[in-house]
Amino acid sequence: MKLVEGNKSTREVKVVTRVLAVNERMAEQNRRRFADKRVFVINMMSSPGSGKTTTLQRTLERIMPEVRTAVIVGDVSTTHDADRLAVTGAPVVQVNTDAFGGDCHLAAHVIEKAADAVDLDAIDLLIIENVGNLVCPAEFDIGEDVRVVVLSVTEGEDKPVKYPTMFRLCDAALLNKIDLLPYLDYDKSQAIGYIRQVHPGMPVFEISARSGEGMEPWIGWLKEKISSKLRAQS
Amino acid sequence: MHEMGIALQIIDIATASIPPDMRSARVERVNLKIGKLAAVVADSLRFCFDIVSKDTALAGAELAIEETPVVARCRDCGVRWTIAEPVFTCTACQSGALEILSGRELDIVSIEIAQEESHEIGGGK
Repeated sequence: MKLVEGNKSTREVKVVTRVLAVNERMAEQNRRRFADKRVFVINMMSSPGSGKTTTLQRTLERIMPEVRTAVIVGDVSTTHDADRLAVTGAPVVQVNTDAFGGDCHLAAHVIEKAADAVDLDAIDLLIIENVGNLVCPAEFDIGEDVRVVVLSVTEGEDKPVKYPTMFRLCDAALLNKIDLLPYLDYDKSQAIGYIRQVHPGMPVFEISARSGEGMEPWIGWLKEKISSKLRAQS
Repeated sequence: MHEMGIALQIIDIATASIPPDMRSARVERVNLKIGKLAAVVADSLRFCFDIVSKDTALAGAELAIEETPVVARCRDCGVRWTIAEPVFTCTACQSGALEILSGRELDIVSIEIAQEESHEIGGGK
């Protein structure tokens, strides 16, 4: 196409491509690699301070050693999360997140490299703890099987409607810190109502990672997801 | 915050899309389609793009962003509507089984390249 404007002209060249096509291709490659190794992958996302690492710790304590699990932790600069998780005995890989022009999410190529440090033949489950952020990680597929979002009752009830993309994208939500409900004005049914409004039918697990309350239904859901993937593959 | 990474990808894709006979040309405009459900802030993207496009063929180029609405179709009753608020249940039958038809786009549609009149343009008038 030629557009003429005075003595200058402009030529329009059609491109029609996803801006994140490179990431999406890499994510697909990761997904095939994990499927070949019969590893189930969770992308765990949340806002900062929702108790994601503690939730992960309690989850590991309950599923290991039955489900052999490794963890990839994305953190902006510290190794605190990795140190806390290593106590559970699960292999933990810490990754830097600044390689893709931002500190805010994990991209597929970061996971590709991090997975090299994990013995994929020795595990059934890989949990990827994404960077605490409800916006950016939603845009980056990393090759996971399911996405889980953790939120807590110390945040606003309206998180789901403020970040609808994240809540639409996820397969399950964990509402954490329910042991604190007696001390807060948090309207739990409104929060769950908002989740249902944004993503009807998505399972919501009410848990306290601190006390262990409510963990069993979540663990049950997770185990069922893992075994249904393995059944589908065999 | 990930707009910087997205700006870099736009520059990579646009640069690779410049036809071989126009390698020294300057890109004047990048036409993008960004859905309302895409996690991208247009102002932030423009700010990052201006910084990382310096010293590239896209320096000074305009990012023309067409924002696409969130359009859903109900899998149960087939109704199609535009979602203006974060409520993802069917407006007709209240079903939650939706198919999102648009709103997640983050696409480069085309680039517009400046060229001198003296250049040969295939099929030009």
